[in-house]
Amino acid sequence: MEVSSLIERIEKLKVALAEINNHANKVEASLRQMAQTTEVSPTDPFIMGLTVFVLACFVGYYVVWKVTPALHSPLMAVTNAISSVIIVGAIVAAGPVEMGTSAIFGFLAVTLASVNIFGGFMVTQRMLEMFAKSK
Amino acid sequence: MNPSFSSFLYLISAVCFIMALKGLSSAKTSRSGNLYGMIGMTIAILTTMLIPSVASYSYILGGLTVGGAIGFVIAKRIKMTALPQLVAGFHSFVGLAAVFVAAAALLSPATFGIGVEGAIKASSLIEMGLGCAIGAITFTGSLVAFGKLQGLIGGKPLLFKGQHQLNAVLGALIFILIAGFVGSESHMLFWLMTLVALALGFLLIMPIGGADMPVVVSMLNSYSGWAAAGIGFTLNNHLLIITGALVGASGAILSYIMCKGMNRSIISVILGGFGSEAASNEGTSTQPDDRPVKVSSAEDAAFMLSNARSVVIVPGYGMAVAQAQHALREMADMLKKAGIKVRYAIHPVAGRMPGHMNVLLAEANVPYDDVLELEDINSDFGSTDVAFVIGANDITNPAAKTDKTSPIYGMPILDVEKAKTVLFIKRSLASGYAGVDNDLFYRDNTFMVLGDAKKVCEEIIKSVD
Repeated sequence: MEVSSLIERIEKLKVALAEINNHANKVEASLRQMAQTTEVSPTDPFIMGLTVFVLACFVGYYVVWKVTPALHSPLMAVTNAISSVIIVGAIVAAGPVEMGTSAIFGFLAVTLASVNIFGGFMVTQRMLEMFAKSK
Repeated sequence: MNPSFSSFLYLISAVCFIMALKGLSSAKTSRSGNLYGMIGMTIAILTTMLIPSVASYSYILGGLTVGGAIGFVIAKRIKMTALPQLVAGFHSFVGLAAVFVAAAALLSPATFGIGVEGAIKASSLIEMGLGCAIGAITFTGSLVAFGKLQGLIGGKPLLFKGQHQLNAVLGALIFILIAGFVGSESHMLFWLMTLVALALGFLLIMPIGGADMPVVVSMLNSYSGWAAAGIGFTLNNHLLIITGALVGASGAILSYIMCKGMNRSIISVILGGFGSEAASNEGTSTQPDDRPVKVSSAEDAAFMLSNARSVVIVPGYGMAVAQAQHALREMADMLKKAGIKVRYAIHPVAGRMPGHMNVLLAEANVPYDDVLELEDINSDFGSTDVAFVIGANDITNPAAKTDKTSPIYGMPILDVEKAKTVLFIKRSLASGYAGVDNDLFYRDNTFMVLGDAKKVCEEIIKSVD
């Protein structure tokens, strides 16, 4: 009697195990699918950045070749001014609620970039006015 | 502000910057171009200030006010002749700002959303290291360029044995340190790498001499762009990436144009030492200096000029040094009144930065249409009565076409020797920057007028009167 009931219980356990196995397979499959989609869907930010970078290099190349040689000095001054757009990073560094060393670096960078922004655009303006006058 | 919306505003700002560069394709549209640039920058700054993580404005407004005031005063006061050193100085600021932003991102990555301290994403660390290194090289390199242009450091190239090897070792060391830094996020390695990059910037520019400055200034212009792009990658900010790429491309193209104007490869300029090259050549190519030179007075020059039908003025760095552009324009106006055709010929590398001569002539109100580039005027020298070379030398030296041993061989020159008479306004009979003797000085149709360019022009004006 004891043996037959044991056999019966093992039989039941087998069925239960098979069910669990089935379940586990399903979960595994859906997990794999999920993993795949998360790998693919949001593009790596670096690749996005690189795409933008390469395209911008081409835009820069074609636009700058069109600049007349007489205006090469203003070109340097204005590119200098716009490269100070690095102030964007500086502002983020200088702006958090709790101030630390990094905010000090941010402040210094904001100051340096502002010298360039104001100075660069002003000097460009001065030069271009001279060119306009000498027409 | 919603991140998508701020990204959109950044895009508008990037488009404004492209329009700013596009505006420079002609003098007419250039001022509206500059306005676009200012609008773009304003949008960028305001957008960033409205980002939620930016909560405290005291440092930002303080920096903007202090920096803005300094920039404003400098730009108002600067003399146009000091423009090259101003631009070099400004480049150094961009470089240093890039270093500071990289350091801030390292110290408090959470602010920039690139991870937490001790666990910054590896890609961000690479970009941070590269951006910082390029920024540091730009900073010290531009400081040296500034010092040379301002005359604080001797213009002579500084050369020593094993220089290129040392630079190569330092360059490699930067990469090794960046690799170590990416693996460990060690602050010590970051600062060590920055120090090495600072030293490299200094050593790279020290050996480059004065007349190669147009290339150096454009190259540093390019570097400052790449530094900004590197920081853009670190912070994952597309506006910074776009602008950095635009500026980098612009500086690279200018460097290329300047190199072509001197027939030198960018590598040879970077390796430096133009002057020393010439010195080693002196023994072989220098002709005896005791050949007769015709020195004439300002009165004689005035006579020759007023009897000419067409005059082409060739300005060089000497005109900038003497600030002779106003006196020169007065002289030209007088000749024009007498019915003489007066034009200006600009060599691409005349002066110390791209377009340097054009700015000075514009400052003196020389009509835009009278100023011609090398390729537009070079064929006209044959039908020119007087070529008036003021403060220029190497860019007129026919040795560039004939003497294969000359260090300037292959450089495109202005063919002043084809003019009926050549007047050289020079301070002395010394050779030009490249250390090469100018054969033109000894020709029969060449007359030297020795003296300060401005004084000579003023004397000529008096004599014509």
